[in-house]
Amino acid sequence: MMRVPAFQYYRAPSVRDAVAALRDGGAEAMLLAGGTDVVPNLKRRQQNPALLIGIGHLPELRQTTNGAGLTLGACLRLADVADDPRVRAHYPGLAIAAGKVATPQLRNMGTLGGNLCLDTRCNYYNQSYEWRQAIDFCMKAPASTGGQACTSPDGTGICWVATSSPRCWAVSSTDTAPALIALGARVTLASADGRRTIPLEDLYANDGMAYLTKRRDEMVTAVHLEPGDRSWRSTYRKLRRRGSFDFPVLSVAAAVRFGKESAVEEARIVLGAVASWPVLVPESASLVGKPLTDDAIEAFAEQASQLAKPLDNTDFALGWRKKMARAYVSGALKELRGDAVRRP
Amino acid sequence: MRPAHNRLTVNGELREVLFDATKTLLEVLREDLRLTGTKHGCELGECGTCAVLMEGRPVLSCLVLGVECDGADVTTVEGLAEGPALHPLQEAFADRGAAQCGYCTPGILLTAKALLDRNPHPTRGEIAEALSGNLCRCTGYLQIFEAVEEAARTERTDPPTQGRTYRPADAQARPRAGDAR
Repeated sequence: MMRVPAFQYYRAPSVRDAVAALRDGGAEAMLLAGGTDVVPNLKRRQQNPALLIGIGHLPELRQTTNGAGLTLGACLRLADVADDPRVRAHYPGLAIAAGKVATPQLRNMGTLGGNLCLDTRCNYYNQSYEWRQAIDFCMKAPASTGGQACTSPDGTGICWVATSSPRCWAVSSTDTAPALIALGARVTLASADGRRTIPLEDLYANDGMAYLTKRRDEMVTAVHLEPGDRSWRSTYRKLRRRGSFDFPVLSVAAAVRFGKESAVEEARIVLGAVASWPVLVPESASLVGKPLTDDAIEAFAEQASQLAKPLDNTDFALGWRKKMARAYVSGALKELRGDAVRRP
Repeated sequence: MRPAHNRLTVNGELREVLFDATKTLLEVLREDLRLTGTKHGCELGECGTCAVLMEGRPVLSCLVLGVECDGADVTTVEGLAEGPALHPLQEAFADRGAAQCGYCTPGILLTAKALLDRNPHPTRGEIAEALSGNLCRCTGYLQIFEAVEEAARTERTDPPTQGRTYRPADAQARPRAGDAR
């Protein structure tokens, strides 16, 4: 039986109190919202904080506000995000992504902010303490920390995926981040020093250990979406072994704004689960100014799939995953163009 | 570490419980409240057998920390029957052979109850989607889907108090596979 290690629990009465506790707790403090990512990690000793700060109940983090665009509180449950009629009407890519995270029970628990901050995953990391101890742990959670995750290499742990690598290759496995980045979302971070709002893509770094750029004493409080506009279309496609439960092995989020004569005016395509961060495809701009013809789609899908550099640390065979990146990008764009295509 | 002291409503009854503060809701239910109907499965949110209802919504009790449950309203499988009268889902599961080894059954019953409470006449697809977080290695799911459909047909017309009463003798009286020979 796996028991949770000892911790102090602080049920924060407000965001202000939560960020003060986060600052005072330093490296020993962690936020707890839905618990679906943190609690398994506690049980497997990938994390062992002295202080857990409960924020999942805070009403100010569970609001959806409609003004200039839509603001989603960080502690909204993923099920609520997926079912919200405003999200479904104007930001379908997000509704699809939130609805494809794990299972119905886990979506009733897991939060939007928690999914954005989801720990990176790897076959050598998401294992029990004993399993990891038997291989002398790894770079992301080395023996020197007792097998707990840290944010920079200490020189003693190696990456079992690429043993000569100086970096960790654990995979960004969030579903909502690619969808929100494609939609141009911004995210608000709060700390004891105040608040700042940044483009969501700037929250991530391509590093399996330090995968978030936010400071340790900052927390995600809200996600902001630009006003929904009927000329924008968005979607999300997710590859995984089972149609439920599994984390993505590949995902493609696409948002395209069409103008006159179906010409593309703006396009943002993001690949998920192919690196330690969600990859915003820089070549997305090459789609602008012309309609999405078969040739344009295939040329773009080929370019985008070059950015997918799968390693042997998730499910399925490497070569096949790379081929699927091309197929999924192409499928997503054909769907946005209006083709009657089945979404996986 | 000091023990935690919570008040929570379990199956409609206000319970006050003192427990080791590292325990999950699953452990508090089974070890401190002695409600062992909720099953211990993978402990990591991968199987669904520990599902209970919190504020009417199915959640995985292995991933809920007990300290976060102060004031919560929890329903476990023990809360489904009313006295000796089985819930229509329980009756349908027994009649249809939807429980074989039975280990996944409590989590599936509660998840199905939440579905029927929200959507009294779900399609087969909606049932499959709602139960997609519950693993069953015995039945192949078909009998489970049929049982939920049967419960949906009977639930509104057959209030629990008028439902069939479970007697241990029923288990013996019911024909078993192979008896027809």
